[in-house]
Amino acid sequence: MSVNWFKYSSPQTFFPLAGKLALGFGALALVACAIGLYLGFFVAPTDAQQGESYRIIFIHVPAAWMSMFLYVVMAFWAGLGLAFNTRLSGMMASAIAPTGALFTFIALWTGSFWGKPTWGTWWVWDARLTSELILLFLYFGFMALQAAIDDPRRADKAGALLALVGVVNVPIIYFSVKWWNTLHQGASVSLTKSPTMATTMLTAMLIMTFGFWFYGIAAVLLRARCIMLERERGSDWAAQYARGYARTAA
Amino acid sequence: MIAALRCVIFRDLLLAARRNSDVLTVMLFFVIVVSLFPLGIGPEPKLLRTVAPGVLWVAALLASMLALNRMFAADHADGTLEQMMLGATPLGLVVAAKVFAHWLVTGLPLVLISPVLAIQFDLPRELFGVLVLSLALGTPVLSLIGAIGAALTLGLRGAGALLSLLVLPLYVPVLIIGAGAADAAASGLGGNAQLLLLGAMLIFAGAFAPWAAAAALRISVE
Repeated sequence: MSVNWFKYSSPQTFFPLAGKLALGFGALALVACAIGLYLGFFVAPTDAQQGESYRIIFIHVPAAWMSMFLYVVMAFWAGLGLAFNTRLSGMMASAIAPTGALFTFIALWTGSFWGKPTWGTWWVWDARLTSELILLFLYFGFMALQAAIDDPRRADKAGALLALVGVVNVPIIYFSVKWWNTLHQGASVSLTKSPTMATTMLTAMLIMTFGFWFYGIAAVLLRARCIMLERERGSDWAAQYARGYARTAA
Repeated sequence: MIAALRCVIFRDLLLAARRNSDVLTVMLFFVIVVSLFPLGIGPEPKLLRTVAPGVLWVAALLASMLALNRMFAADHADGTLEQMMLGATPLGLVVAAKVFAHWLVTGLPLVLISPVLAIQFDLPRELFGVLVLSLALGTPVLSLIGAIGAALTLGLRGAGALLSLLVLPLYVPVLIIGAGAADAAASGLGGNAQLLLLGAMLIFAGAFAPWAAAAALRISVE
């Protein structure tokens, strides 16, 4: 049996699928976040050293994981687009960038909320914080480059190349920042807190991670649908969809 | 092929020599930015001594970024770039030659003038060697990484600001390790590790960045 791997690589066939998937993953995200937040905020025990303020990790850590994961996924789609010259890959990469930037921002923001009560400061030039900040700049650079190019094909390819260069650089940036940090301040602040984590905490965090993951998938697919419609507005299927939408609206 | 590359290098150097104001602008920018720092943070010699490597590095980074716009723009405007793409010499090698010429014109002067500026900051004499060496190894990396950004933003509106947004985050490791070399030497650790890392970065960037920039040029010009 041969599988047609490229069946859904065309916007026409992927568009309806993306709609259904976005709905499904959106619902899953809602459920997972509800359970995760309930477990994290009401069931998980209070931390012995940090009190209640530690509870922000149920948002912070999954957001930080997703911010890095999404950059790799974006680079994956970008590389696929460059290798196979498929239109959809570039659209996926541009759809991922804002969600990735959002998670990066959430991770930084919640991290600073955590840092104030725990470390007594909103911001330290810790290796993880600094590399997360630079990751945010990388997302912004990607989005700015794509926004500056009018031709969507060129925007996709240029963005793809930048994402690939970025993904090679992310580990180098992380290690250089880490090294710089240890060189400058010694081990003043360490993010690795309690060595053993209560099982409920871990469960809640993992459920939240899946919640964020599913939210990311849903948001990216919805955004990809918008990009598809915008770019394919000259095609028949997009016109048909728009007509059908107008009819149901009327 | 070697002849073609030599030709590219000499041509770019000749063009730069004919329009030497471009080169001087970059160098003056470097000098002025460095001179602004004591005015901003105060003339305390002890403070200046500690910040000197960092200031020189940040200024060199900004100055080399300022010059990136011109790396491909003129060749793109008059069609030379397209001829280079059609030519028999692999585009990656042509780009490498152009980056080298660009560095000779915009990076090397910064390296050469940096000891003078370091004197202004009262940097201890024994650190001069490490500082100059770190800049000599690091500024070519900046030019190589910058070439990718310059190629990606070729012909775009607002290319200058966009270029800085793309390139500056990628410059971070070079800045950290470059400025760290003199710092480590000052603290008695010796800057060898940083210099070796900078050398490794130079080799890595020298091997891959020209090809990435060549791919970016093809995307931009097609």
